[in-house]
Amino acid sequence: MKVELRILRYEPGEPAAEAAASTSVAKPHWVQYEVESEPMDRVLDLLIKVKAEQDGSLSFRRSCGHGICGSDAMLINNRNRLACRIRVDQLGKKISVAPLPGLPVVKDLIVDMNGFFGKYRSVKPFLINDQPEPERERRQSQEDRAKFDDTTKCILCAACTSACPSFWARPEYVGPAAIVQAHRFIFDSRDEGASERLEILADEDGVWRCRTIFNCVDACPRGINITRAILEVSSAIVGQRG
Amino acid sequence: MDHPFDAIVVGAGGAGLWAALELAREGVNTAVLTKLYPTRSHTGTAQGGVCAALGNLEEDKPEWHMFDTIKGGDYLVDQDVAEVLSNEAIETVIELEHMGLPFNRTADGKIDQRRFGGHTRNFGEAPVRRACFAADRTGHMILQTLYQQCIKHGVKFFDEYQVVDLLFDGGEPQAGGRAAGVVAYRLADGELHSFSAKAVLLATGGYGRMFRITSNAHSLTGDGVAMCYRHGIPLEDMEFFQFHPTGIVGIGILLSEAARGEGGTLLNDLGERFMERYAPKLMELAPRDMVSRAMYQEIRAGRGIGGKDYLFLDVRHLGRKVIEEKLPDITDFARIYQGVEPLKEPVPVQPTAHYAMGGIPTNINSEVVRDEKNTPVPGLFAAGECACVSVHGANRLGTNSLVDLLVFGRRAGRQMARYAAKVERPRAVASAADPARAQLDAIRSREAKGESVAKIRKELADVMMDNVGVYRTGPLLTEAQAKVRELKGRNELVSITDCGAVFNTDLLEANELGYLLDLAEAMVAGALNRTESRGAHSREDFPERDDVKFLKHTLAYKGPKGPTLKYKPVSITRFQPKPRIY
Repeated sequence: MKVELRILRYEPGEPAAEAAASTSVAKPHWVQYEVESEPMDRVLDLLIKVKAEQDGSLSFRRSCGHGICGSDAMLINNRNRLACRIRVDQLGKKISVAPLPGLPVVKDLIVDMNGFFGKYRSVKPFLINDQPEPERERRQSQEDRAKFDDTTKCILCAACTSACPSFWARPEYVGPAAIVQAHRFIFDSRDEGASERLEILADEDGVWRCRTIFNCVDACPRGINITRAILEVSSAIVGQRG
Repeated sequence: MDHPFDAIVVGAGGAGLWAALELAREGVNTAVLTKLYPTRSHTGTAQGGVCAALGNLEEDKPEWHMFDTIKGGDYLVDQDVAEVLSNEAIETVIELEHMGLPFNRTADGKIDQRRFGGHTRNFGEAPVRRACFAADRTGHMILQTLYQQCIKHGVKFFDEYQVVDLLFDGGEPQAGGRAAGVVAYRLADGELHSFSAKAVLLATGGYGRMFRITSNAHSLTGDGVAMCYRHGIPLEDMEFFQFHPTGIVGIGILLSEAARGEGGTLLNDLGERFMERYAPKLMELAPRDMVSRAMYQEIRAGRGIGGKDYLFLDVRHLGRKVIEEKLPDITDFARIYQGVEPLKEPVPVQPTAHYAMGGIPTNINSEVVRDEKNTPVPGLFAAGECACVSVHGANRLGTNSLVDLLVFGRRAGRQMARYAAKVERPRAVASAADPARAQLDAIRSREAKGESVAKIRKELADVMMDNVGVYRTGPLLTEAQAKVRELKGRNELVSITDCGAVFNTDLLEANELGYLLDLAEAMVAGALNRTESRGAHSREDFPERDDVKFLKHTLAYKGPKGPTLKYKPVSITRFQPKPRIY
């Protein structure tokens, strides 16, 4: 079947004459492609097809192609999703694809991820434990392991953070993805750095910016209950102060 | 623009990150270059587990792991290397736990372990619980944990830099030159950057993208392997490429062997567990090459599902709890990519191109070696799938890819630190980037009249899949050789449409296609000359293993008219070759 695929394109060094006539600066514009596809095709398949058959200059990130590497998060029919995880039969014959909202666009569907990874690094996303290491593994009960299972699934695709209205309103907000990564350690029984992280997240651009809008949960391709994780972190901050 | 460092790591998967971590701990000034972001690396897609003879649930010994690895590799494994692998697997897994890796746990809080193909107790008696796991996202957790530790130790990353050339000092490697750095193309602006360094590690992964149906990421185009080949370093055992039995039909996405490790079965159209005819003792947990061949046999005999080219993987009897706790991702893959509910129906599967046993020849310290005498190239290292150390021989056992990248990534980092401490930094050469610039300009400046990258890439993937897949014959390989040669010629004229400097993925894909074509050439030549069947290399015209003629490693050297083949002996220490029965 034929799919009408609209892609929001942006070519940075585009000569002024080819850009929109009213302005001398290149700006994003919609381009429509007709793509022959199967119902089980993913949006990523369509993008690859357009690049192969219609316009080789179309740029997008992709790697594993099955929802684990987190490269191809984008705005698809007005929702943040991974292009490799959403099928044509779930979307219909009219599909629109745009870069993730709220992040600077570099070219076509590629956004600048440096700020996003900077926030990730700011929450000390690594195990903190200064005790001497035992000869064998540290023991951890199955119950303790389960407490942070959900947040270990995060693939840092940025679908959640870039879907968050609080982040759009205030780009300094650390954002749901970084909080998820902090949660993964704060609730790990082997970690001793909870208070350092909670202090970072108690900042004015930390967890309190969350307005429990649930856009992040809706966007997460890994099905992580992000809002619950954020609330658990907020409760831990309150508990620590109490 | 030159960036001086003491050590450069190319690739940010498990091997590269662990090496970088070792270097950072030793205070060596190190940069990691990756064409992706580190967390996008393909290590992250490994699912089922990482084997180490911890013996947490039942008796296990490193010697058993060593034996299984050698037998699984059909005796082409270097046995001194397998011994290092099985011993150091234990330390590296424990160290990962100390770094914070969230392994699943046993009732008494230890690392949980499960069964995996070809891993047995007491030299082949029965399956053993050896694979340590974090649900079915073990690789994801390894990648995340190592990246976290690199952040903690302040490792310097250059994300989205595609390395396009290797630099040598004092001549090319075959003239005795030593590694001196790399040239990289920055995706964000199309600028070439040179990085001078004393020690360079290639950890660039595999090249499964030369096949039509593959579990490999789009980025797996064998860059580091091909760059070595172009600089005169021979490639080892390229004819051995593993097809994993359980890929999603048509698109090749992997459904982990862990599904069978937990008790999943393979069924044919008659509902039979056909593996009992091929491997009565280990059944579905026989090594992957044997299971993939058995599936082809069933399909050829008309017992594919509905007479078609796939079979069923059945996990229904495992129950909801096991599936949700231990196999959540792969059940999700079946739902999304196949529209099948694994709790209620069997999942259609077919073999998918998965893992390169061959690659850049290295020694036990992850140093690249350049000839039959294993002469090291000073300062050049390789680890992980791009390397051939050779611990997988003719067929890799499940989970041993992760063990390999942990053990030999760590060894690479340590050896690089020792090496960097004792040599002078090579001088940066102003013209270092010129050959790479010429190579990219040649693609860029062509007028838009040649064929597209996509067209040539598709023809390559088709011929490799159909002629150089699970079963091979002389005539099929000869045909493939001619086809690859033809495609290489046509690729000289390939043209692209993107003329921009920013994120020109059109240009990079054209460059990557060149790498795949070179590696396909080496693979086909090795396969054609190896007139025996061993491990994953199965010649229907030579169905027996021939230890007299072929108990040796292939070395393919690049030449103007195609590869020249030489051979080197296999290191055999404890286990004499025996027939491989499971």
